[in-house]
Amino acid sequence: MLAFVVTTIICFITYLLLTTGSGTRILGLWSLYEILFGVILSLIVGFIARTIFVKDNFRMANPVRWITFLVYVIGPFFVAMAKANLDVAYRVITGKINPGIVKISPDLKTDLVITLLANSITLTPGTLTVDIDENKNDLYIHWINVKKEAIAKKPVDCKYICSNFHNWIRRIAE
Amino acid sequence: MFEIIIYILLGVGVFFNLLAGIGLLRFPDVYTRLHAGTKCTTFGSIFLVGSVVLLGLKNWWIGDTNGSVLAIHSIVALAAILITNPTGAHAIARAAHRSGVKPIGAVVDDLKNMTVAKTMKKKSAVKKKSEAEK
Amino acid sequence: MMAFEYLIVFLALLLCSIMAMIRVIRGPTAPDRIVGLDTINTIVIVLMVVFGAAFNEVIYIDVAIVYALLSFISTLFIAKYLEGGEF
Repeated sequence: MLAFVVTTIICFITYLLLTTGSGTRILGLWSLYEILFGVILSLIVGFIARTIFVKDNFRMANPVRWITFLVYVIGPFFVAMAKANLDVAYRVITGKINPGIVKISPDLKTDLVITLLANSITLTPGTLTVDIDENKNDLYIHWINVKKEAIAKKPVDCKYICSNFHNWIRRIAE
Repeated sequence: MFEIIIYILLGVGVFFNLLAGIGLLRFPDVYTRLHAGTKCTTFGSIFLVGSVVLLGLKNWWIGDTNGSVLAIHSIVALAAILITNPTGAHAIARAAHRSGVKPIGAVVDDLKNMTVAKTMKKKSAVKKKSEAEK
Repeated sequence: MMAFEYLIVFLALLLCSIMAMIRVIRGPTAPDRIVGLDTINTIVIVLMVVFGAAFNEVIYIDVAIVYALLSFISTLFIAKYLEGGEF
């Protein structure tokens, strides 16, 4: 039952975002018929998709986690992304590269956490996720500028690849 | 004043997108090209779409309904780019490595020993499991 | 009002997609071509959004959202095909 309610509400919010400007009746953005049709449609979709959308528990239905996620995206993640782009700009202009594929084991468990970490790694300085070992949740990462002191120990320490992102992501989604 | 902010955002976005194009031409192999093609276009898109969002918010403030639609739908498009772009990059990198493209001039390659046979084994194990469930 | 500045942005993005197109044509291996194609997809999405702002036509941005999701799925399928696995 709770899964049905959560899925319906998220469907309805998505529908509202996609149909802004359909009228001026409600808050100057939506028309009345659009809202009614959206409610009916999201009830149907929520009934069909409730077992797919909500897998096991409701730990993501917590506003504190969403706020932490927003703070993470706007704060440390955006700064790291700006640094990544200046780094790539430097390497495009000078052509100095020192690539390699390294393995890290961040010790995270669920699929959502791994996806968030892999996407964060791809968008931050000089690193790109290539492959994943699905049994042990190890990530294989292409690194554009391999440091000598980092590859002495295997698997490579997380702090060289993703400074403290795994702590943030653990706080958001685990 | 307001237009100057929009021009600066547009300029930064165009600069990073051009950088992505130059990087695609200059880098030597697939993985480094993915670095340029993914990061720079995503970052440039944030600035370009951000300028459009600012313009929409300004129009909304003046009283144009089109402005609100411009701002909100642009944010949805930006979210779509931010989610799909790195995921597509993972897919391409993985496909490249499995189809046998080696990173040129690699100092270290931990993934070299993981062959395709291992993944095939895993897939057949999954299939056996699903058949057993039937 | 701002038509001229947007024209410069369009031309720069066009130049960028031409560079990606050169990579698609020249690329020595198949993954190189897909990287170029993926970059062109992202640039086209951004181009559509800026088009919508320049002409004050909202419908372009809806097209951009749909194009983003569809191009993502096409990239995933081509990558899966290259990988040589079963679907």
